[in-house]
Amino acid sequence: MNAQTKLELQKTATKVRIGIIKGVHAAKAGHPGGSLSCADILTYLYFKEMNIDPANPKKATRDRFVLSKGHAAPALYSVLAHRGFFPVEELITLRKYDSRLQGHPDMKNIPGVDMSSGSLGQGISTAVGMALSSKHFESGFRVYAVLGDGEIEEGQVWEAAMFAGNKKLDNLIAFVDFNNLQIDGTCDEVNSPSPIDKKFEAFGWNVITIDGHDFDQIEAAINEAKQVKGKPTAIVAKTVKGKGVSFMENAVNWHGSAPNDEQAQVALEELENALKAL
Amino acid sequence: MADVKKIATRDAYGAALVELAETNKDFIVMDADLAAATKTGMFKKAYPERFYNCGIAEQNMVSIAAGIAATGKRVFVSSFAMFAAGRAFEQVRNSVGYPHLNVIIGATHAGISVGEDGATHQCCEDIALMRTIPGMTVINPADAVEARKAVLAAMEHEGPVYMRFGRLAVPVVFDDDYTFEIGKGVELKEGSDVTIVATGLMVAEALEAYELLKAEGISARIINIATIKPLDKEIIIKAAKETGAIVTAEEHSVIGGLGSAVADVITEEYPVPVLKLGVNDVFGRSAPAAELLDKFGLRGINIAEMAKKAISLKK
Repeated sequence: MNAQTKLELQKTATKVRIGIIKGVHAAKAGHPGGSLSCADILTYLYFKEMNIDPANPKKATRDRFVLSKGHAAPALYSVLAHRGFFPVEELITLRKYDSRLQGHPDMKNIPGVDMSSGSLGQGISTAVGMALSSKHFESGFRVYAVLGDGEIEEGQVWEAAMFAGNKKLDNLIAFVDFNNLQIDGTCDEVNSPSPIDKKFEAFGWNVITIDGHDFDQIEAAINEAKQVKGKPTAIVAKTVKGKGVSFMENAVNWHGSAPNDEQAQVALEELENALKAL
Repeated sequence: MADVKKIATRDAYGAALVELAETNKDFIVMDADLAAATKTGMFKKAYPERFYNCGIAEQNMVSIAAGIAATGKRVFVSSFAMFAAGRAFEQVRNSVGYPHLNVIIGATHAGISVGEDGATHQCCEDIALMRTIPGMTVINPADAVEARKAVLAAMEHEGPVYMRFGRLAVPVVFDDDYTFEIGKGVELKEGSDVTIVATGLMVAEALEAYELLKAEGISARIINIATIKPLDKEIIIKAAKETGAIVTAEEHSVIGGLGSAVADVITEEYPVPVLKLGVNDVFGRSAPAAELLDKFGLRGINIAEMAKKAISLKK
């Protein structure tokens, strides 16, 4: 990736993070930590990778994205808004009664959301269904999904993984946002989902491990995945929960709580400064 | 009813899938390792390239179906009612129901007429579970003719559909020219003393009750309700007004099924006695299906007795 492209992605990802903080702060509820950790992956997918058109969000041949860890909705909404699916100003309506920006993604009402999600483990199955549909009906689109690391404790994830491996769905790329924190503590304390890579390999997947905040590595992994025939690809993306906001980084208490006015101000100043520095 | 033709509704389901596939290429069928039993195996044999086996993973199957439907295609998924509606309930609710996707669930082996497999496989709660999901259509056909027509109608319907089929061969009560419409009840017999509202295999039993009551000089109205949700309220309210007492009959728990749906309407719109015949808040047992229907009191004679009780409660 050339330096200019990378810089633009970094700037966009920072704006996406600002949108996350503004939304969660306005809602006084939500999941900032896991939204910030997958912000770079989502930014890359929507700004560099996926065949999508904000002017035609229902186009039948578009690539599909499923946020299997649906609680990271603030990240998806911020990316969609910055990509032009709806106004960025709308992000502060997050979780409000009259808003279409529900606490978890609602495909019926939000332009650009390809699948409703939120109940963990189900999103990856729906992504598998989309990939199967694309193959069966020869529609030619690819399917991308983002799983949480805690989410893969759900048994349904492995039902989906077994099926996708068995049916050789090489048009499916699933990221695991591996920030190693879930609500009740570190993933290993709660119920060790590790080793994540070996599990997916055992289910017949191609597996690539990367730094989930490095756009070069995200790009290289996706390009490799697209060359692999006969296997879906799992990209185990090592990330930092709360990435980009110093006091949220690697802090489990920011999984599902919103910053107060003061904290939001600090967070936004940090992100604005980071943006200026780019 | 001597020499009545008997066909299981699951057989009609499998045949209808094959029939649909002849003219429509835009759907696929999935099963969870029960294709031989659910009769999606008939489709699998005729159109192997359009059939996908999910293995024994019903929750995954339902969510996969949601993903397929989200791409604009249609999909039928099948398993036993216990696993389609029970085990995968939350997937049906969140993956299919909330986004209101065109997934058609063909659930077979509903009720105690599963027979020898016993309680773990006899689902008497599926109607109750499915009708709580906003926007879900719930259809429980009475016979093979209605089952076929319901499958064809579901294919044209916008939104999720739960279809309930049985394992046991049951009497064919409708002629081939019967007109099925989602959401419409059908008056099978006129009557003025009491109304029997039946669904599924209990429709044939209700017709027997009609004859038993007629022999005693009692005029019973018989209504077939295949679509339990959305319920045909008009035909129910009209029956309450004109006959003054209602008995519901279903091969399902008396909690949350047809009886509850009918009672909901009657208590709000035109209160009259509503007595519910069904599985009385107990689990099933292993035995031949016919013996179970006898022992659980799901026969025409039981309906007739309850109808007389309902009449006695009229004000």
